[in-house]
Amino acid sequence: MPFQPVKFYQTGTFTVGNRLLAPEERTVQANMQRTNGLNSGHRACQGCGEALGARYAIDAAMRACNNQLVAANATGCLEVFSTPYPETSWQIPWIHSLFGNTAAVATGIAAALKVKGRREVRVVAQGGDGGTTDIGFGCLSGMFERNDDVLYICYDNEAYMNTGVQRSSATPPAARTATTMPVGVEPGNVFGQGKNVPQIAMAHNIPYVATATVADLHDLEYKVTKAMGMHGARYIHIFVPCPLGWGAASNDTIKLARLARETGLFAVYEAEHGEVTSVSKIRKRVPVEEYLKLQKRFVHLFGKTPATETIARIQAMADRNIRKFGLLEEEGV
Amino acid sequence: MLQIRIHGRGGQGVVTAAEMLSIAAFLQGKYSQAFPSFGSERTGAPVVSFCRISDREIRLREPIMEPDAIIIQDPTLLHQVDVFGGLKLAGHVLINTSHSFDKLGIADIISERRLERMCTLPANELAMKYVGRPMPNAVLLGGFAALTGIIKLEFVAAAVREKFSGKVAEGNIAAATAAYDLIQQKIREKVHA
Amino acid sequence: MLKQCEGSHAVASAVAMCRPEVICAYPISPQTHIVEGLGEMVKSGKLAPCEFINVESEFAAMSVAIGASAAGARSYTATASQGLLFMVEAVYNASGLGLPIVMTVANRAIGAPINIWNDHSDSMSQRDCGWIQLFAENNQEALDLHIQAFRLGEELSLPVMVCMDGFILTHAYERVDMPTQEQVDAYLPPFVPRQILDPAEPVSIGAMVGPEAFTEVRYLAHAKQMQALELIPQHAAEFQKIFGRDSGGLVRPYRCEDAETIVVALGSVLGTLKDTIDEMRDAGHKIGVLGIVSFRPFPLQAIREVLKDAKRVVVLEKSLAVGIGGIVSTDVRMALSGLHLHGYTVIAGLGGRAITKASLHKMLQQAMRDELEHVTFLDLDHNLVKRHLEREKQKRRSGPMAENILRDVGVVAARIA
Repeated sequence: MPFQPVKFYQTGTFTVGNRLLAPEERTVQANMQRTNGLNSGHRACQGCGEALGARYAIDAAMRACNNQLVAANATGCLEVFSTPYPETSWQIPWIHSLFGNTAAVATGIAAALKVKGRREVRVVAQGGDGGTTDIGFGCLSGMFERNDDVLYICYDNEAYMNTGVQRSSATPPAARTATTMPVGVEPGNVFGQGKNVPQIAMAHNIPYVATATVADLHDLEYKVTKAMGMHGARYIHIFVPCPLGWGAASNDTIKLARLARETGLFAVYEAEHGEVTSVSKIRKRVPVEEYLKLQKRFVHLFGKTPATETIARIQAMADRNIRKFGLLEEEGV
Repeated sequence: MLQIRIHGRGGQGVVTAAEMLSIAAFLQGKYSQAFPSFGSERTGAPVVSFCRISDREIRLREPIMEPDAIIIQDPTLLHQVDVFGGLKLAGHVLINTSHSFDKLGIADIISERRLERMCTLPANELAMKYVGRPMPNAVLLGGFAALTGIIKLEFVAAAVREKFSGKVAEGNIAAATAAYDLIQQKIREKVHA
Repeated sequence: MLKQCEGSHAVASAVAMCRPEVICAYPISPQTHIVEGLGEMVKSGKLAPCEFINVESEFAAMSVAIGASAAGARSYTATASQGLLFMVEAVYNASGLGLPIVMTVANRAIGAPINIWNDHSDSMSQRDCGWIQLFAENNQEALDLHIQAFRLGEELSLPVMVCMDGFILTHAYERVDMPTQEQVDAYLPPFVPRQILDPAEPVSIGAMVGPEAFTEVRYLAHAKQMQALELIPQHAAEFQKIFGRDSGGLVRPYRCEDAETIVVALGSVLGTLKDTIDEMRDAGHKIGVLGIVSFRPFPLQAIREVLKDAKRVVVLEKSLAVGIGGIVSTDVRMALSGLHLHGYTVIAGLGGRAITKASLHKMLQQAMRDELEHVTFLDLDHNLVKRHLEREKQKRRSGPMAENILRDVGVVAARIA
């Protein structure tokens, strides 16, 4: 299959800006020679954070392994919008098996490559939050525990978007989804205990765990590149806003991802063998309202009588993250 | 076709006994089939295993309900399980015990049968002496070879070597040989009595 | 070389000689001894190069096999019962993708009530999953069918399930003729995949297919199984040339010529049936038995050919289609379309209930007099069932069914069979 060359418009303003940097500091995306593993023409919605995240991650991974990459993909938006065959957008060898087995399929691919002595070919597995934190969780944990040579990338848009925005275990409290409607005494999703899969991944003591957002391309590419330089089980959890599911403007995807980090709601960090090695500090701390207000899934919190108590609970979650990961620059430093 | 049923308890090598018996018969040029009473039993529970020996291919897959011979690896089963169930009148019986049939309380069952085909064997004691563990299965097979003549002792020894190795195998073979001699002697005494 | 060994050991040795490259293992009785044997061979370096992966579930086992096969490795796993059900989604996926994985199913009942013993409910539940399903009569055939399975599956790009009766075969010691590595190599060429995940030539596998092509893709799966109907006898013939044994094939008729009554069955019960039929023949009855080796594809023509001159057909099956009766018998009826035969379904051996010659004699005598119920449950204790039904009539909160029946049965530890 011939590779589709990168078109200028695909590189976007963010990456165009990169061209002002010294060549060695530029992102993979800014490079016209990047592989464009997820080609244009796919059927994702405008402003899709997952499409962006996948392209960033796969292009960086491709560069890191000299284009010797195989991908396994869970059922979900990414799979559906990228492969209305014969118009597949994947310019890499790619397999979709099921919703809940991607980590195991990737293990199988890695085993086959090992037994065939093709150590140069690397394996990534990718799925959304549903395919990762819920239905694919067993296979994911198994892959971690065995330390199989797979980089698993989760594109977290905090709900089952492919099936029409239903709640997943990654859906934040109070958020409206099709199965957590904003009605009753506690509208939206429950305040559960959360299911922090990066932390669970760390509990497996695997070589590398990182979180990233589509708002910080340099950081995302750095983490993918770093992960690709290692062997064994690696996990990157990328925060990818979903305009459709969140009821946000298509042009707010990057902004929302940045706000998720700047509020402290999504902690950006990396860890090796179960220990945090670096965190991305909050540059300008903002209250959670600024993040929540941009999304219709939280609109019920801001009615005639704002749900101040609920908002405070969400703020408390952000504050806890900030404390736990040390997300703020220390005073006077 | 000869059908042998082995009774014992989980942990006594009951299944292995049937397997070794089948290997011995195979080495002797026979067709044989061994299989356990399939259960999810844990150590100490009553266990049954089966062995068929024939000159022709064995196709039958039913459990052995009318055995030609039984081996009882644990005498405490005698009043718990219907170990003699379906045993042919002229069938062989070998019981692992240091007691007599009378003392075991089965004198009436024994009395209607052919005395020279019934034997007790202190297999645990022999196993302790030669192997250092009260594992009676291979020992009983040595006795079984003497009692029935169905299999030869040398093939029992060869079967033991297929299942075990080193000291354990040699100890078991020594114990099985001692059992063989002991049973032969017992039968001679019975015939002369 | 002749060898006296356990069925699982025979299968493990045969699979090893097929040079599998990726083996995934998850424990479930009664298939465990097979993968344990293979695991030891991989760990000791006797089977190399091969990756042995201890996965966290049967679903993962099949998924790892899918990934490995798609990446071009000869892949194998084994399962049974609940394990097969737990991997079902991936089982369908493997065949849908056309990945020639070979899997042993050590046939076992499906709960509830939980039961570890043999019947065919597990494989039969997957009769429409798109895998080829071959049933072994004894350990020799189980061994041989695995070698044929890799050849057949890879030629067609379809996965193959080799079904062998759990415990009855897997745990039975009997004589097998163990082939040599040279024989297996001569019979089974290296795996050349039709599709492979390779950076040198990137392809997308597993894309969404809409109404415009879905029927065609599914039809192709059917067409391939129809091709298997041609290939299976050819492969059996070639197998015989190299190994000197008549093994496999579509069906195995036994004493069916001039038979007025023919019993149809699959798996190890064929042995007991043959012994029974010999005795009945000796007594002057015109009776035979037809073994089905290939249940998927179902050899309609071959079965019709054997049965067409009989007066009656008794399908003896170790599975139950609740609400209708037989599974195999429904398919056998398809083969008999337009023929006027008495047809009986006998459900037997569920959950490990022994199928004895005595019971078979009694049932077949009834069949020959056409006194058999159309759906008969061999050795069913009607009183036990009645007692429970009565209990349900008596009071609403009659309690858990299985436990009630067990209480009525009493202690079974003292029973031999």
